[in-house]
Amino acid sequence: MTANRLEAEEIDWTPAAAPPPPPPARRPRRFGSLEILALLLVLLVVLRSWLAGLVTGERLQTWTTVFVSVLVQAVPFLVFGVVLSAVIAVYVPKSFWAKALPKHPALAVPAAGLAGVILPGCECGSVPIAGSLIRRGVTPAAALAFLLAAPAINPIVLTATAVAFPGNPEMVVARGGASLVVAVAMGWLWLRLGKTEWIRLPHRPDLDGASKAQAFWSSCRHDVTHAGGYLVLGAAAAATINVVVPGEWLQRLADNPVLSILALAVLAVLLSICSEADAFVAASLSQFSLTSRLVFLVVGPMVDLKLIAMQTGVFGRRFVQRFAPATFVAAILVGTAAGAVLL
Amino acid sequence: MNRLTQGVVLLLFGGAILRASLTDLYLRYVKEGLRPFLIVAGVLLVATAVMTIWQSLRASDSSPEDDHGHDHAHEPRVGWLLILPVLGLLLVAPPALGSFAAGQAGSVSAAPVSDSDYPPLAAGDPVAVSLLDYASRALFDDGKSLTGRNIQLTGFITPGPDGAPMLARMVLTCCAADGRPIKVGLTGQAPQEVAADTWVEITGVYSAKRGKDPVNEVEVAYVDVKTWQEVAQPKQPYA
Repeated sequence: MTANRLEAEEIDWTPAAAPPPPPPARRPRRFGSLEILALLLVLLVVLRSWLAGLVTGERLQTWTTVFVSVLVQAVPFLVFGVVLSAVIAVYVPKSFWAKALPKHPALAVPAAGLAGVILPGCECGSVPIAGSLIRRGVTPAAALAFLLAAPAINPIVLTATAVAFPGNPEMVVARGGASLVVAVAMGWLWLRLGKTEWIRLPHRPDLDGASKAQAFWSSCRHDVTHAGGYLVLGAAAAATINVVVPGEWLQRLADNPVLSILALAVLAVLLSICSEADAFVAASLSQFSLTSRLVFLVVGPMVDLKLIAMQTGVFGRRFVQRFAPATFVAAILVGTAAGAVLL
Repeated sequence: MNRLTQGVVLLLFGGAILRASLTDLYLRYVKEGLRPFLIVAGVLLVATAVMTIWQSLRASDSSPEDDHGHDHAHEPRVGWLLILPVLGLLLVAPPALGSFAAGQAGSVSAAPVSDSDYPPLAAGDPVAVSLLDYASRALFDDGKSLTGRNIQLTGFITPGPDGAPMLARMVLTCCAADGRPIKVGLTGQAPQEVAADTWVEITGVYSAKRGKDPVNEVEVAYVDVKTWQEVAQPKQPYA
């Protein structure tokens, strides 16, 4: 603990405390967000030893570690996803998507789902990319299939699954297949039942009429603050679950075949583990059946607290209220069926 | 939150990520392999911040209303939350997972190395072995490759189910959220009266005793301790 304090003391606060001053003469009338931020930072610096002293109990300390760690882990994927989605939004012409994807929406859905293979990352990156695709005129059903499939079927995640289950190579096939089926099924379901007005992409006034470079940085800035903010919410929720749920509870649920599937499906939602790591967690839940662990792996990259928060930010609440529960049910059903057939 | 403020917050956020990844701080939270990606992400964040600040200052030079006017409704208010990780990384910098997390989760099942023989231990007396390697050799090879050798293990002390101290280390796959403990029981001259989370280096020999982690019913290996000493937390705290 002492070491932490020392390190906190070494921080150079100058760049934070002295942001480029806005020209004060122009707007003397308003106490804007920059002033609030400056005040907040000054308060934090003044109270920093008191704040560091607050985080002492081992439960709270573990919470903070897990919270920071989920964020640090997700940041590269978030940033690369945001930059890629800015490239899609600014530099890839709309006509490209019309050519790249099959004309008929029902065919575009599986094509987009399969395209998820090329995005080597986890779910934090795919949310802004899917939003960007919709904005560029890709049919929402196809973008959603991509959103669901990409984090689960890319080579990195499948390799991690193979490494985590050395004795069960069929787990890899089952995971990839079941995830792709759920993604395509949800895309088609959206074609039949979905309503475009449920999706509310955040308005971006500054993208019109700006130069390309300006639009690019503006899109990066907007997406990082937006998706990043929701990522913070999700990380906090995941850290809370991580600290509050003791492992013994799971042991009791594992003995019942139906309950164990439901329990691991819910656990996947609550834990919000990155799809590149969830296979190893599933492998450690050795008291559960292989089928229930497969459901854990299918649900996790598609529906979890962190994703729900991020999707709310990118697509709007009305969309997530319908999409997340439907995906959850579909993932459980398909995962169980795949487990019954393949495992 | 206007654009200039977002720029400043992003600068702080990117700066915090860069600072954590350029020092050893990031090792408390993620695996070593993530470092280059963290650095690139940090640089991109700082670049976004600098461009945002530059653009919004230039825009406010030409049209002051543009920056402070109507855009409140569209700019994400949730971005304020990004201050929390900045706070966590720069101010609090929480320690690596320790005995609380180790007690919360079940021990890793030390998977057997395919089904072939374990290679002999490296030369040296005592020979340093990782907890995972030790547990795997002890449980799945009945300690054949361990017998007759002095073994050196490093980990932190965590109270076992019966209150007796165990040696543990957290195993990370990706980040601390998926951290699970590997626990090894201690017999012989086990460290007594040592506070949980104290890092120790023990020297001992293979013990045939087996236990079970009550959290997930996984078998736990034991080691017969001859000597032990307190050590500083290693640079890479996870296994």
